Amino acid sequence: MSFIENLTSYQLDILKEIGNIGSGNAATSLSKLLNRPIDMEVPSVRVLSFDETMEIVGGPDETIVSVFLRIQGDAPGSMFFVLSPGQAEQFVHQITGNTDFSFASPPFEEMGLSVLHEVGNILAGTYLSALSDFTKINMQPSVPALNIDMAGAILSQGLMELSRESDYAIIIDTTFNDNDKNNAQIQGHFFLLPDPESFEKIFVSLGVQDQ
Amino acid sequence: MNITNNIVKVGIADMKMVEAPEVIRTSGLGSCVGVVVYDLSLKIAGMAHVMLPDSNLSKRENLNELKYADTAIDILYSTIIDNGARKFALKAKIAGGAQMFSFNSTKDVLRVGNRNIEAVIERLNKHRIPIISSDTGGNSGRTIEFDPSTGVLKIKTVNTGETEI
Repeated sequence: MSFIENLTSYQLDILKEIGNIGSGNAATSLSKLLNRPIDMEVPSVRVLSFDETMEIVGGPDETIVSVFLRIQGDAPGSMFFVLSPGQAEQFVHQITGNTDFSFASPPFEEMGLSVLHEVGNILAGTYLSALSDFTKINMQPSVPALNIDMAGAILSQGLMELSRESDYAIIIDTTFNDNDKNNAQIQGHFFLLPDPESFEKIFVSLGVQDQ
Repeated sequence: MNITNNIVKVGIADMKMVEAPEVIRTSGLGSCVGVVVYDLSLKIAGMAHVMLPDSNLSKRENLNELKYADTAIDILYSTIIDNGARKFALKAKIAGGAQMFSFNSTKDVLRVGNRNIEAVIERLNKHRIPIISSDTGGNSGRTIEFDPSTGVLKIKTVNTGETEI
């Protein structure tokens, strides 16, 4: 029987706190990178069908820029850092100072892609190490993959491992906003999708397995 | 195509049937495969969006049969026959099965696209449904739309626009 339909609200709160710790650290990294304040919303933990998962970022057809990495170690899972193409462009403009970078048509400029790749790497790495410190579970990020494609095509990859066991995904989603009035707003998402067997490990390590 | 056409949407691990003038669409195929089986003279078609190659991979008993290539194509076949299609007239078009990420990983789950394509082809062969055309593999996502009145499958990608097969 799938545990996903049977999570208690207490366990969901734990997952929310995990998202909070991870993305709090990542938001700090981002703030340092851009050298300005970043607001982070309280993470949401949602149990969603696969189709609903795509709707978070605007539907399966929506073009997104995503940095995806697999979490390896004792509690495997998938992680995405998602931006819209417009937001990703802003990002590159602000970090490199090159305002010509655009996702309008391929091939995209190497430097810009490299920046996004590295930003994703840093943020995801910070997220994971905070998580790993908090739970005392060994977790390492894989080399991240940068994709600019349809949300459905990208996010479904993160659902693969899960889909062998369940028709629902638990998504720990944090939205962050960059509210500097002088600059265009950047909004993005972190998604953490633990593999089915990882939930128990996380709960056990935090001492909340049998609530 | 008439813009007032009704578009029937197929979700992930889902299957639906349509009859002209309706068209049928599934969005954001990555490593998933979209399978269309149709009877052109009756202008009916069914589309399945399969995620995984083999229902034996399931760790669960009450599985969603539409998630797996083998079981989904069996259901697609029996549903279209129940809708009046004739066995000898059935044809198929398939698209999807991309490898979205190029990890040097030994993990099979990241190469699921290829395995999905193989499983779909094998199952269609088993039902003796000829594959008229296909657009599979590569590394980009696809949105596909099938018109049962013409038998044309439109494929949209983010970077290369729209093609028809």
